[in-house]
Amino acid sequence: MTTAATAEMGAGPKPASRSFFARLLQGDQVAHAITFVAAATILLITTMLVVVLWNNSALPRAKFGLSFFIGRVWDPVSGQFGALPFVYGTLVTTAVSLVLGVPLGLGAAIFLAELAPPKISDSLTFVIELLAAVPSVIYGLLGIFLVVPFVRTTLAPALKHTLGFLPLFQGPCYGVSFLAAGLVLAIMIVPFIVSVSREVLLAVPTDQREAALSLGSTRWESTWKVVVPFALPGVLGSVFLAMARALGETMAVTMVVGNVPDIKASLLAPGYSIAAVIANEFTEATGDLYLQALIELGLVLFLVTFILNGLARLLILVTSQRGGTT
Amino acid sequence: MKKILTGLLVLGMVFVFAIAIAAQGQLTGAGATFPYPIYSKWFDVYSKMKNVQINYQSVGSGAGIRQVTAGTVDFGASDGPMTDEQIATFEKGRGTAIYHFPTVLGAVVPTYNIPGVNASLKFTQKAIADIYLGKITKWNDGEISKANPGVNLPGDDIVVVHRSDGSGTTYIFTDFLSKVSEEWKSKVGKNTSVNWPVGLGGKGNEGVSGLVQQTPDAIGYVELIYALQTKQPFGDVQNSSGAFVRASLETTTAAAAAAAKDMPADFRVSITNPSGKTAYPICSFTWLLIPGKIADAGKRETLKGFLRWMLAEGQKDTEALYYAPLPKQVVEQELKAISKIQ
Repeated sequence: MTTAATAEMGAGPKPASRSFFARLLQGDQVAHAITFVAAATILLITTMLVVVLWNNSALPRAKFGLSFFIGRVWDPVSGQFGALPFVYGTLVTTAVSLVLGVPLGLGAAIFLAELAPPKISDSLTFVIELLAAVPSVIYGLLGIFLVVPFVRTTLAPALKHTLGFLPLFQGPCYGVSFLAAGLVLAIMIVPFIVSVSREVLLAVPTDQREAALSLGSTRWESTWKVVVPFALPGVLGSVFLAMARALGETMAVTMVVGNVPDIKASLLAPGYSIAAVIANEFTEATGDLYLQALIELGLVLFLVTFILNGLARLLILVTSQRGGTT
Repeated sequence: MKKILTGLLVLGMVFVFAIAIAAQGQLTGAGATFPYPIYSKWFDVYSKMKNVQINYQSVGSGAGIRQVTAGTVDFGASDGPMTDEQIATFEKGRGTAIYHFPTVLGAVVPTYNIPGVNASLKFTQKAIADIYLGKITKWNDGEISKANPGVNLPGDDIVVVHRSDGSGTTYIFTDFLSKVSEEWKSKVGKNTSVNWPVGLGGKGNEGVSGLVQQTPDAIGYVELIYALQTKQPFGDVQNSSGAFVRASLETTTAAAAAAAKDMPADFRVSITNPSGKTAYPICSFTWLLIPGKIADAGKRETLKGFLRWMLAEGQKDTEALYYAPLPKQVVEQELKAISKIQ
């Protein structure tokens, strides 16, 4: 009796421990822990990034304060540093690339997801994903050998001739320019927009299309008025991914933008971008203030990306809500 | 599968061991990119000869100065001499002096692309300064045409090109401009990057020469070595005695010889625009930066041995790689200075 009792007692905790192991084997706890660590790491990396940039830019922050954002002079000799021309260049080249790249990318995605025969769609998608993996320096070379001469000899004269009354297309053009950088960036971001947008469009339930068609709409009406709006948050997501890439692109931009810290309204004028100036001047930066001013530019780029991504989030929120109510 | 994994693991361990062994008694240096080809040849030859390890990373002069100041490398290298401020920081941080040892010479040449002009152009000092100040804007400006009689210069706008990345080349070029133009000195100054009054930026020698070759009516500046290796046209520059001199290894060494007379004990000297009829005016030493006290006796002797070898045997390798060798006087001064390293 006693033996049985002890046996029972001994068996008591056993099922509990077994169930713990069982749960462990099932993986819930482990998966929870691992994914939590992964998520926490992302947050940690982001925090570390800001802390490192912040700590290493103490000198210019103390010296220039907020005027760093509106300063237009970048003079390593006299120690005058202002970020405005670089912020301007980053925003302009990114905007040009989005204006050119979004219609192209979205058009290609719609064709591949909705209209193209599957064989063509699959092989084209493969090519596009290949393009997304090409290193940016290669795109820079493409820019130097093709885009820059094309802009100088063909595109800029044509734009001046037809749209020259706009301040956007005035002044001399040497090829290297905001426009050339925007064009190269557009080529670089299109694969991102296409491959993500295509996936999102393909994920739209078939009954949405069938419902539209059954109501008498044409193929294009069902695509443009039903499928695309349904997928809009995802499509916007792809655009913002592309925007983030354009904002931070360094190598390809510096090869074609002209590297002149000027603020000019004309897209034909040469400019500069934040990422490009950091890459260009970091290794040979003489003096602590100079070096730290470059690091503070990194902080500014982080801030610009942060703000634009915040706005992007807001836009997605607004569009998806509107989609929900109608 | 398992076999492959074990194989990889073993390979990885061997690799780690190899690195650990190699790290023993190994000298590391970092800095200037301009002399990297000759440095890597020197270190390779010397390492094999003496069975020592010298590892050099061409991370840029600024980074080289920072790393040797922080003590993460045994020696640094720079295309521009350290400033008084940088030396003070070094002495405060490391408790010893830092010595400059010139190794080879580099020159910077103006390169251009003017459609229809094949002649080699001559540039007065004022012409170069005023082009880069944006005061001379057309190729047929009097300052350019008076030095080039018989050349049919077009009336087109000059497209000015400079380096966009921080570089010793820019330092030498702006140092020259600061010496020949008061206006440049007060408005712009000299550094590895400056606030350019006019012009487009190209990344590296290849970026500048690419922009110049692609853009009609452009002028830029590149290292002599780069111009020689890529066989591109470059102009003669007027020196302090008024003569127009074409850059070459001989005229570069001549500039150093002219400057050697007034060589300061610490070798921190700018030799742009020196005296001497045959001296090319836009050139500079490049330096190794060596701490005054090296605690590890093995490292110290290796480094001193290398310096002696570099000043004797090493100088013979320079011309094959298009670097101008040091003039004799400077070599002798440096040999004496080696004993200062303790």
